[in-house]
Amino acid sequence: MGLFTNLRDSISRVTERLFSESEPKRIGIYGPPNAGKTTLANRIARDWTGDAVGPESHIPHETRRARRKENVEIERDGKTVSIDIVDTPGVTTKVDYKEFLEHDMEKEDAVRRSREATEGVAEAMHWLREDVDGVIYVLDSSEDPFTQVNTMLIGIIESQDLPVLIFANKTDLDESNVQRISNAFPQHETVPLSALEGDNMDEVYGKIAEYFG
Amino acid sequence: MPEATSTDDSGVQIDLISGTRMDGLASMEKIRLILDGVRDGNIVILEEGLSPEEESKLIEVTMTEISPDEFNGIEIETYPSAQTADQSFLDRLMGRHSTNKLTVIGPANQIETLHKDEDFISALVSRK
Repeated sequence: MGLFTNLRDSISRVTERLFSESEPKRIGIYGPPNAGKTTLANRIARDWTGDAVGPESHIPHETRRARRKENVEIERDGKTVSIDIVDTPGVTTKVDYKEFLEHDMEKEDAVRRSREATEGVAEAMHWLREDVDGVIYVLDSSEDPFTQVNTMLIGIIESQDLPVLIFANKTDLDESNVQRISNAFPQHETVPLSALEGDNMDEVYGKIAEYFG
Repeated sequence: MPEATSTDDSGVQIDLISGTRMDGLASMEKIRLILDGVRDGNIVILEEGLSPEEESKLIEVTMTEISPDEFNGIEIETYPSAQTADQSFLDRLMGRHSTNKLTVIGPANQIETLHKDEDFISALVSRK
């Protein structure tokens, strides 16, 4: 009986996704800290709405609250795809306030930032389980993708049956290695880009329309 | 069931938890068992790992327990789930995901991953 219940639930989930086209899909931008999630969210929002989503920084955990930009309309091949972008805090399993002291921060500010960061990560996980319809997973292509956070998050996304695109960001850096990311997650499509420089954004928008439209 | 007694500061306690023991626990009981051990400074090794949903909750609960100068969070390692690419369409449709993966969890300030790839993990464990 469990088998048929599971099958019925799975079909129900799929059909709900296929036929609930009226509302814009909520696309969560996920990834580890400092992958360039907010830079990407801002690039997409600025290109199609003229506004930014949030401040960018090289200090980890700049984004400590999930931020949603609603009704971003992306035009591709004569069609308009409407999505809500949800920029989420970088996911990690550890936060040490002492890391922030290295960025010329006073202890009180560093402790506050670490507390807000932990709340933000918990919030991001909650969004992933409950409130997003698709995921853009952003990785810094100059870093090793074989980390536990990446492995776990991709596994969690797959277990939710969410459509996912992997964006290999920071291709403007000399150390960038997109192939390493493709090899790490061969079951998903990897799109190279530089959100900072705006490189390869045509393909990025084409894939967003194809996967989430 | 007898519980391991905690060690003194001269060593690192390692708890190996069988899949059978975990099977009898609810998700939050598993997370509590892991975090209680890790917060005591132990290295917890799970024979069969956690489901993706449980991993998600483990991250969330860990975040709520982080406290400056007391607990910085966890280091966790499993092998990448290569079986995902090999799952049948029916398995994916039915939401069947294998969780059978050795998992090592420890306090973030005591365990450091030295190397990790598809089939090999090397970690350095230090005393408190």
